Amino acid sequence: MPRKNNGYSTFEVFNYGFLSVLSLLCILPLLHIFAVSLSSRAAATGGLVTLWPIDFTTAAYMETFGNDKFSNALFIGIERTVLGTVVSMVVITLAAYSLSKRSRVFPGRGVYAWYLIFTMLFNGGIVPTYLIVSETHLTNSIWALVIPGAVNVWNLILMINFFRSIPAEMEEAAVVDGAGHIQTLVRVFLPVSAPVIATLSLFTMVTHWNSFFDGIIYLTKPDQYPLSTFLHTIIVQENFNNTGISQEKLAMLSNRTVKASQIFVSAIPILLVYPFLQKYFVKGIMIGSVKE
Amino acid sequence: MNELASVANKNRTLVYLRKTWPLHLLLLPALVISLVYQYAPILMSFPMAFREYQPWLGFRHSPWVGLDHFRYLFTYPQSKQVLFNTLLISIMKIGTQLTIPVMFALLLNEVRHMLFKRSVQTLVYLPHFMSWVILGGILTDLLSIQGGLVNRFLGFLGVEPIFFLANGDWFRFTIVLSDIWKEFGFSSIIFLAAIAGVNPSLYEAAEIDGAGRWKQTLFVTLPGIAPIFTVVAALSLGRVLDGGYDQILNLYNPLVMEKGDIIDTFVYRVGLQSGNFSFGTAVGLFKSAIGFVLIVIAYRVAYKYAKYRIF
Repeated sequence: MPRKNNGYSTFEVFNYGFLSVLSLLCILPLLHIFAVSLSSRAAATGGLVTLWPIDFTTAAYMETFGNDKFSNALFIGIERTVLGTVVSMVVITLAAYSLSKRSRVFPGRGVYAWYLIFTMLFNGGIVPTYLIVSETHLTNSIWALVIPGAVNVWNLILMINFFRSIPAEMEEAAVVDGAGHIQTLVRVFLPVSAPVIATLSLFTMVTHWNSFFDGIIYLTKPDQYPLSTFLHTIIVQENFNNTGISQEKLAMLSNRTVKASQIFVSAIPILLVYPFLQKYFVKGIMIGSVKE
Repeated sequence: MNELASVANKNRTLVYLRKTWPLHLLLLPALVISLVYQYAPILMSFPMAFREYQPWLGFRHSPWVGLDHFRYLFTYPQSKQVLFNTLLISIMKIGTQLTIPVMFALLLNEVRHMLFKRSVQTLVYLPHFMSWVILGGILTDLLSIQGGLVNRFLGFLGVEPIFFLANGDWFRFTIVLSDIWKEFGFSSIIFLAAIAGVNPSLYEAAEIDGAGRWKQTLFVTLPGIAPIFTVVAALSLGRVLDGGYDQILNLYNPLVMEKGDIIDTFVYRVGLQSGNFSFGTAVGLFKSAIGFVLIVIAYRVAYKYAKYRIF
């Protein structure tokens, strides 16, 4: 196992150093924005802050949470995430149960499966989708962010594969005891499916928390925006009518620290679920991608 | 005789339904949502793309214009630029996404110290889970020419400030670089798994034959992960018309629109914001159709060379 020669140990030193730098690069931008958010306005504007707050103050956070629009958007963001995750997981779990049956038990499952998979390959594009969403009266309602994307086929496939790995004997025993499909799903499948349900729920939560685009197109009133959409409009769109540097200067002079604090607050939920996610997602990706 | 057969058929259908109706019922919500929000837009996109849709006429009564929108797509200078931007940006992204995660996985595989390895992995996977809204906000701050950290660092090295987000060429560079920065760690997972799956006896054999670490990487590891690499490469070709709209929407501005506009942002702007519903639909349909053909080819290739199946 140990292959000691000079060339290799030089490489090892270089490799450890390089990988350390690379991983720091992935986290430093976040630390920087955190430091800016906790610095005084003067220090931030003067470009003095690197990775440590200068003139420590929580004024920016006071302003962020004191802002009704921000806390409203934060609340809608949480509401959307919870609602979206529950709806999507229920729809997917029910469908996955049916589609995980052998075709001997459920002839016709292939037709349904391809019906759903086809939606991964071809779509009508955003304009017709928008028109349908408004035709079905979902616009300006939180359901516009929850229903249209509820059938995540990729997650569905992962769930079907997991259900198929459940030993057939467990299911047969339940059927012999007289359990119907619903009972089998609730009493046999769900209790042993905690890992896949946790993984897919976390993935779905992250997706909902991060989505901003559907908010822009389906909601016309900014006070209905969930947090991501709200942040997109204040961080990005304010640049839309810019002509150049002087504007950028202006925007930065106004409230760089407040923006930093808003960005950081919206990153907190991701940072909180990340440790749980990480435990599962490597395996989850393996189920989906590397198959023999 | 025929009647008998049809009665038998009817009975079979009844028996089948009696046995399986709960399974159909459980699928119902998914089927209905797909029907309304996936299939209805697809069905609607065909007539719309060939008409001049006017909301007050409804799309049945809107005038028929045939291929006009598609002709426009290929003659209008701006749409040529948009097609070019999309291809350029996505090819650059695919190129970096295929090389850098593999190299990273190979380097990480050489690390024997488990705690170090896990720490590196924890840090490099993180940006994947951050939204482009958050990262766009951070990047705008970092790359600002007024006190942004990157330009301060460049100034320290004696480089003139660079307008990363206000100059078209730098904008494309920033798009590709920030995309690989966000995703290289996460994309490497699949290659790490493939490396872990290489038969250890191959390394032993190579070592007995006198191969050093470098030769082992070259002649054992790389051929070992070639099938997975083929799958990833083939599938990424299916996305060649995707430039990553959520990233670009969070970073672009009118100054770089000429070089940063891609099909998706173009469709959003022209189709929805300016209300050219039919033209937007035609462009979207064009993209979907090409994408569909590419994905089908990609799956075939992936299946042929690596026995990859989605389902």
